[in-house]
Amino acid sequence: MSVINDPVQATCPAPHAEHERVLLGHGSGGQLSARLLHDVIVPGLGAAAADLSLDDAAVLDLEPFIAPADGSAGGGAGSEDLRSGSVVVTTDSFVVDPLEFPGGDIGALAVHGTVNDLAMRGAQPLALTVALIVEEGFALADLRRLVASVGRAAARAGVPVVAGDTKVVGRGCADKLFITTTGFGRRAPRARCSATAIRPGDAILLSGPIGLHGVTVLATREDLGFDADPQLRSDTRPLHRLVQAMLDAGGADVHALRDPTRGGLASALNELAEASGVGILVEEDAIPVPPVVAAACDLLGLDPLHVANEGCAVAFVHPASADAVLAAIRSCPEGAEAVRIGTAVADNAGRVALHTLVGAYRIVDMLVGEQLPRIC
Amino acid sequence: MKYLDEYRDPALARTLLAQLRATATRPWRIMEVCGGQTHTLVRQGIDELLPAGIRMIHGPGCPVCVTPLEIIDKALAIASRPEVIFASFGDMLRVPGSRTSLAQLRAAGADVRVVYSPMDAVSLARADPDRQVVFFAVGFETTAPANAGAVLVAERLGVTNFSILVSHVLVPPALTAILEAEHCEVQAFLAAGHVCAVMGWTEYEPLAAKYQVPIVVTGFEPLDLLEGILMTVRQLEEGRAQVENQYARAVRRTGNGAAQDAIRRVFRVTDRTWRGVGPIPASGLRLAETYARFDADERFGTGDVHAVEEPRCIAGRILTGQSLPTDCSAYGTDCTPRNPLGAPMVSGEGTCAAFYCAGRRAARPVPVTDLTSVLNRR
Repeated sequence: MSVINDPVQATCPAPHAEHERVLLGHGSGGQLSARLLHDVIVPGLGAAAADLSLDDAAVLDLEPFIAPADGSAGGGAGSEDLRSGSVVVTTDSFVVDPLEFPGGDIGALAVHGTVNDLAMRGAQPLALTVALIVEEGFALADLRRLVASVGRAAARAGVPVVAGDTKVVGRGCADKLFITTTGFGRRAPRARCSATAIRPGDAILLSGPIGLHGVTVLATREDLGFDADPQLRSDTRPLHRLVQAMLDAGGADVHALRDPTRGGLASALNELAEASGVGILVEEDAIPVPPVVAAACDLLGLDPLHVANEGCAVAFVHPASADAVLAAIRSCPEGAEAVRIGTAVADNAGRVALHTLVGAYRIVDMLVGEQLPRIC
Repeated sequence: MKYLDEYRDPALARTLLAQLRATATRPWRIMEVCGGQTHTLVRQGIDELLPAGIRMIHGPGCPVCVTPLEIIDKALAIASRPEVIFASFGDMLRVPGSRTSLAQLRAAGADVRVVYSPMDAVSLARADPDRQVVFFAVGFETTAPANAGAVLVAERLGVTNFSILVSHVLVPPALTAILEAEHCEVQAFLAAGHVCAVMGWTEYEPLAAKYQVPIVVTGFEPLDLLEGILMTVRQLEEGRAQVENQYARAVRRTGNGAAQDAIRRVFRVTDRTWRGVGPIPASGLRLAETYARFDADERFGTGDVHAVEEPRCIAGRILTGQSLPTDCSAYGTDCTPRNPLGAPMVSGEGTCAAFYCAGRRAARPVPVTDLTSVLNRR
């Protein structure tokens, strides 16, 4: 891959006809692979690819992992900080169908999902790797657009793409495009976010309305017509700045964070209840469900608590810091609609109870299997 | 949100509950017919807030649950054929047949598609004229008009590679069967609002008169159910047995004439076996002779498929209100939504699944007094 020494300058690829498609040869490692890399991938990633390694592996400078992630004073403490802080690593694969939907696409999702997984452990993202699996016959124009979306999302999140890979598989061996991203981040010593830190009495905060991503993707994929509603947009977005604001306000009082992605809020709360051994009590009337989500779920027989999100977080916070952390979340644009939805309790260990609208209680269970729309 | 928030208002719910407590002087047993109503009752915990003595009996109105095993097995046989695209509403996929389910068949390579309307299946057939597209036409009177409409559209467009596997059931004959049962405990019914939106309630008037049971056509939101129960209890307390309409925003006495016409054109009333309940005379719909060419059962020769029910499942007692899911020895142990032995555990509207998903165990799941003290600190 020595063809390009400075990938940032490779921004003027030869024009491709729009009907051009990805061929098996694009994954062969030969000339077509090089062209794909130089003409589509690198220019698509744009500024986010400034540190992209075209060698076999990226070499990351230790400095950013050692310096405090929050930029506070006392930086450069070097080994002292590295010993007390942590490097956080996560990986996730994205196979969403359709590839593009109101509010986002697979490229943005692949960046946000991994950045958010880092953030939920209290880490700020420092580097991403991106691996593409492309189905033979996929339109190059679509690939270019989606790679550009990866680049845009990474640039907006302020995290460079440092390494990547592209494979092409035969027609029918994959569904159009799969993306795997791996993220590296740094966690400050004060960020101890873990389910095991949850204690009875913790306030449960939710950073925004639920159900938008899952309903948007379903409505778009199945052409249900709800997507004509301008309010129905995926909430996909990076949450690391929100998490930073929470940690600044609450420090070690922020006991646990979770982004309720697949399986929705119900599954996230159940996982946390089980892992922490506390009970969770949630107020149904406090949970923000956008009207379009409520209507779509009612029609399809889905439970908004089980629908996927890609841009909100649940936080378990010591009661003494709950108001300050809630205010900090609300001060971020991505957390403007944050609310307190419940409390961790000593009773009913490992289970999630919902205080229903009419005043009764029920247990909220995890989603079983896939969500299946009902008959009537 | 219009038509949603105002039917979920906590303050109005408390008012209705207070009125109910003031009205009820004796124990009463009321059956909600529809699985959607069971779902709301259990999800919201409404049945636990009712005055002591008012007991809700969960009725047979879950189409997934009452579709006989034999028809599930026919569906599985048809879906296994390589030339077939088998289209179904989503919640039929996990229903266990004798040996497998549509979801398992799909994982093994069968072409099983989840659709949201029978018209989607007609579109699939037009897009793929070399394949046979079969739609699984299950449900009560609610889904019958749309399924009839799909057949009429397929006829008009000359779509010959489309057929339906019919397992439609009708509510009034099931109510008659419940009322005729030897140990019938039901003293009143909440009729299914959406069934009545299609059929109206004239069919229920002779039932109310003959068996002296109040019948209240009821919707599906929490306040609908509370109001429906209140109207029913008022009738019971006053000794009346009439058909009343709580769901006035959706239901007229004569129903939807165009929808009824479509049903009459395409379907004929037939005897039907209800899973867990057994055969009920004149309780189902089949394709009329003039539309027999759209009958998947005939097209694929599955007439000789027969099946035997899982003996441990007490679905029949549950669907007729004689037992609660928590009375079943397999409930929550050998039978869970992940591994259902019988249909009521499959659909979210099945009584067993509704109970399980709301965390109902043999013991009371939530210590309410403790939780209330926590709540007051908010």
